[in-house]
Amino acid sequence: MYVAVKGGETAINNAHKLLDKTRRGSLDIPELSVAQISEQLPLAVARVMTEGSIYDPQLAALAIKQSAGDLVEAIFLLRAYRTTLSRFYSSDPIDTTQMQVERRISATFKDLPGGQLLGSTFDYTHRLLDFTLLADGRTPEELETITSTSQEDDAEAMTRVLQMLERENLMVEEIDEQTTPTDITQDPPAYPCHRSARLQALARADEGFLLALGYSTQRGYGRNHPFAGEIRTGDVTISITPDELGFSIDIGTLQVTECEMINGFSKLENDDIKFTRGYGLAFGQNERKTLSMALIDRSLQAEKYGEERVSPAQQEEFILSHCDNVEAAGFVSHLKLPHYVDFQSELELLRRLRQERMDNEQQGASGEQA
Amino acid sequence: MMPSENLTESNQQARQHWMSVMAKSRSETLIALSDTYINEHRFETIRAAEVGLTQVRGRMGGTGSQFNLGDMTMTRCVVRSSNGHYGHSYIAGRNKEHATRAAQLDAMLQDQTYQQDLITNIIQPLAHHLAEQNKRKANEVAQTKVNFFTLVRGED
Repeated sequence: MYVAVKGGETAINNAHKLLDKTRRGSLDIPELSVAQISEQLPLAVARVMTEGSIYDPQLAALAIKQSAGDLVEAIFLLRAYRTTLSRFYSSDPIDTTQMQVERRISATFKDLPGGQLLGSTFDYTHRLLDFTLLADGRTPEELETITSTSQEDDAEAMTRVLQMLERENLMVEEIDEQTTPTDITQDPPAYPCHRSARLQALARADEGFLLALGYSTQRGYGRNHPFAGEIRTGDVTISITPDELGFSIDIGTLQVTECEMINGFSKLENDDIKFTRGYGLAFGQNERKTLSMALIDRSLQAEKYGEERVSPAQQEEFILSHCDNVEAAGFVSHLKLPHYVDFQSELELLRRLRQERMDNEQQGASGEQA
Repeated sequence: MMPSENLTESNQQARQHWMSVMAKSRSETLIALSDTYINEHRFETIRAAEVGLTQVRGRMGGTGSQFNLGDMTMTRCVVRSSNGHYGHSYIAGRNKEHATRAAQLDAMLQDQTYQQDLITNIIQPLAHHLAEQNKRKANEVAQTKVNFFTLVRGED
């Protein structure tokens, strides 16, 4: 039970002023600009956009600055801002096959149409601290020179890896059911829910939560034997079809990361045997998130493949109702709010119980003496 | 309701193209390139530039049924030129100047008097710039192409 508390206004105002001061840090150091965050911390921006559920690098960068780098707080700020805007349209579905690819790898086929493009990645780095960055960083000249011994012409189309397996009847097919997807921002999910609701919830879910659950499937809690079939990062065109025009128009591009997981084969309803699959999609360069999301998308299809739900990663309601870090942080953090009256009643109760017990013991003791 | 809607198919494709180019280009470049063409014209504001959201949809497995991924900020605007053409714009992001200018140009581009001039001097250079940018990016990424090879072990 909460009881309104009055007072403390001056203290609260001062605490917020102190927050401003802490965020700014030493005045001897130049202030960080939103543009610098947006340009130089793109992976933090990508996470905040994905979990904050708005694609807008500038807003995400502002939220990161305002939250002093607390990304869960930044996500909260973006979600709060989101409620102030009306939604004009729903986009035409983005076409990740036509992506302007910045990175594309497959862990299942070494030779594929279009090739493997590493792009900018932490993979194959040695995870040694780079003290050049502590000094002056790289010179513009150093950043310019990306050379390769071979001349690559990049004209080859990039076929989807999982579609190649679909064509050989080795992979469960994705079929467009032509239905309007569920929108959990309008209708809270009811369990069991449609896969479209699940994917929407997982897309905005806390990366750490999904990572841990995805990891648990690999360690045997809901094993589904994953291979990273294809991971892509790059720009896709976003289009809408406004009623007043009646035709589709591009409104811009957005960067997304996509992960298609190939999972262990399973016997299907029609007695056929095929590989199964999981899907991950997120704003920006967001690879760990999409890998984790794809693992959980697959583990939550347990019912479809007649798998017994015995592990946390297979429990739809458990995952979807705890994966949102705005909700989770809100409920955990509310413990900081005044619970004075609540606690007083607990305190009284415990004192009374102990007093009663002491009284009983004393009575017993005096009875023995008598 | 609007003259712009009685478009033939090729007109519509041309319009989709210029709207796409204007939406994808940087607002600074678009405004700088078009200032001289716009200045002498008057436009009536039908729907002032307003910021809102569009739901971004993806497909399961990239090709299957749709699902909602999240929202994206966007700005839309409608103006009417003095010749009665309605210009619309829908631009990702929150830049009202960008949306207003794109709507004004959309109206003028539907006017045969200005169309060719604007296409040659604004749309084509912007499209060229976008293509160059994409090419540069693709080229840089192409330098990270790997050819993995598996080692044959001497087992025969």
